[in-house]
Amino acid sequence: MSHETLSTILFVIFVAGTLAITFWASRNTKTASDYYAGGRSFSGLQNGLAIGGDYMSAASFLGIAGIIALSGYDGFLYSIGFLVAWLVALLLVAELMRNSGKYTMADVLAFRMSPRPVRTAAGVSTIVVSIFYLLAQMVGAGALVGLLLGVHSEAGKIWTIIAVGLLMIIYVVFGGMKGTTWVQIVKAVMLMVGAALITLFVLGKFGFNLSGLLGDAAAQSGKGEAFLNSGLKYGTEAQGVWGKIDLISLGLALVLGTAGLPHVLIRFYTVPTARDARKSVLWGIGIIGVFYLLTLVLGFGAAALVGSKTIAEADKAGNTAAPLLAQKVGQDLFGDVGGTVLLAVIAAVAFATILAVVAGLTLASSSSFAHDLYAHVFKRGGATERQEVVVARIAAFVIGAVAIALSIFAQSLNVAFLVSLAFAVAASGNLPAILYSLFWKRFNTAGAVSAIYGGLISAVVLVIFSPVVSGAATAMFPDADFHLIPLSNPGIFSIPIGFLCGYLGTILSKEYNSAKYAEIEVRSLTGLGAEKATSH
Amino acid sequence: MTVQHDPSVYERIQAGEQFQELRRRYRSWAFPMTIAFLVWYLLYVVLSGFARDFMGAKLFGNINVALVFGVLQFVSTFLIAWAYSRHAAAKLDPIADELRGEAESRDEVGEGAK
Repeated sequence: MSHETLSTILFVIFVAGTLAITFWASRNTKTASDYYAGGRSFSGLQNGLAIGGDYMSAASFLGIAGIIALSGYDGFLYSIGFLVAWLVALLLVAELMRNSGKYTMADVLAFRMSPRPVRTAAGVSTIVVSIFYLLAQMVGAGALVGLLLGVHSEAGKIWTIIAVGLLMIIYVVFGGMKGTTWVQIVKAVMLMVGAALITLFVLGKFGFNLSGLLGDAAAQSGKGEAFLNSGLKYGTEAQGVWGKIDLISLGLALVLGTAGLPHVLIRFYTVPTARDARKSVLWGIGIIGVFYLLTLVLGFGAAALVGSKTIAEADKAGNTAAPLLAQKVGQDLFGDVGGTVLLAVIAAVAFATILAVVAGLTLASSSSFAHDLYAHVFKRGGATERQEVVVARIAAFVIGAVAIALSIFAQSLNVAFLVSLAFAVAASGNLPAILYSLFWKRFNTAGAVSAIYGGLISAVVLVIFSPVVSGAATAMFPDADFHLIPLSNPGIFSIPIGFLCGYLGTILSKEYNSAKYAEIEVRSLTGLGAEKATSH
Repeated sequence: MTVQHDPSVYERIQAGEQFQELRRRYRSWAFPMTIAFLVWYLLYVVLSGFARDFMGAKLFGNINVALVFGVLQFVSTFLIAWAYSRHAAAKLDPIADELRGEAESRDEVGEGAK
């Protein structure tokens, strides 16, 4: 049996299993709290696994392993920003949000403000950030599944995108937060077990001698010692000082963006109390941290055992480094059958990873559309919870369909930069609004709206005039050149702009409500009046 | 829909000594620590960009400063997360529980809407 056939069988088993979970979840999804927040009845460990499942995208599993396999240390540098970012969520955001919000990010922002302008801004930002991230994931999925299943035709890639999109719509429309969370939990367990297994085999081959592994990786990479230091991908010496500033800009967006990503924030609502939210972030940090350490071994292991040249020939971005490594160690240890099985397993894990992440993004954006824009802006708070859930399901379907169409259109373009742009917008617009809302007494409606739009617009505009959109061979439009800024990552400018806009908007407006600040401060720190879990 | 509570209840709690102590204990731990780990992380990123000779220096075998520095970021993240959970359980949760229990028993503030 070929590895493609075996992969397909494993895909089908995963899809059948998750669809069964989805239909079970749909029968237990009755209220808005069930649909948006899984009834707030997940445990800290379950939600911690789901946080890992939501966060560790194919871009971070295959992408980071690939960057390490081709460019060495810089891939590791990238993963560290993703991890440290969770401390911002743990220390400043998770518990306070769980205590003062209900279903969406905007619940916290609109708490003491004029609801319509703030919910409009937060809804727009949520949908923009989620769609950017979603597009990058789905375009990646088309290419990736094509590579893993040996489908190289354009039609094959388009059908892959459509299949991924349809499954994601089914998970979200029928399963809501409950179904999506369980898909993410299953995926997180599969990913951790798969990555740990391959890591163990790789380390075993080197007698658990990390130094030996690194030495072989450097030798096989063709780059020598530079492979073990930063500078082959980000901020290369050839790019000069702007390249290095770009590296710092990327680091800032990664470390500050996570706590402003809407699909991450709504995970804190799925547990009964703020204390469970804390526990789930602790589990999340443990799982994500261990995972990136495993990825470090996978990436250098792929360079050492498969060789950077072979990896680059299979896919120039290195996305197949981890699957190729799985095949190689399987072959060495258990013969051809072993290689086939391990490759198929890792391909199935990658597929599960893509599905779990896109489902989380679709859920976040459709929830925000229904709860923020439809219920509070269009209906001015006059919609029933039942109507909201119906609208959320329709929105999930529409957003999914739009994402499929855009991904098909964008599949020949280089849209990998959309992930870092999503982090930059989250760090520049959402994070200032959240932190000011929770901690600054004077903050008001004008401030919240200015922070969100200021951060969002500055990040997007800076990227439009950057080398990732035009004026470079790797740009989205390589034939055009209207770039004005030498930075690919806008964070170093857009994050201060977002915070500054929030500050100026606030002090230039007279609105000030100390009673509402007292309410959010007391509620966020004590859990008084917090939303309770529903019991069935 | 969330029930509208009488806001004066929250203002009274906020002004109380116990709540001020809770707020102080939370902020005096979380804010400096946030600045500390952000500075520590940025130091790592800046050195990765601007001090490559230093980062490339070999410590033992093929293990260089860059790798150790990177792994230390993982270690510090795990330690800070663990320390925060200890701090919160010992210093924050008891006061938060007491304040919440008092307010709920006085029935000034109802439960959040289901």
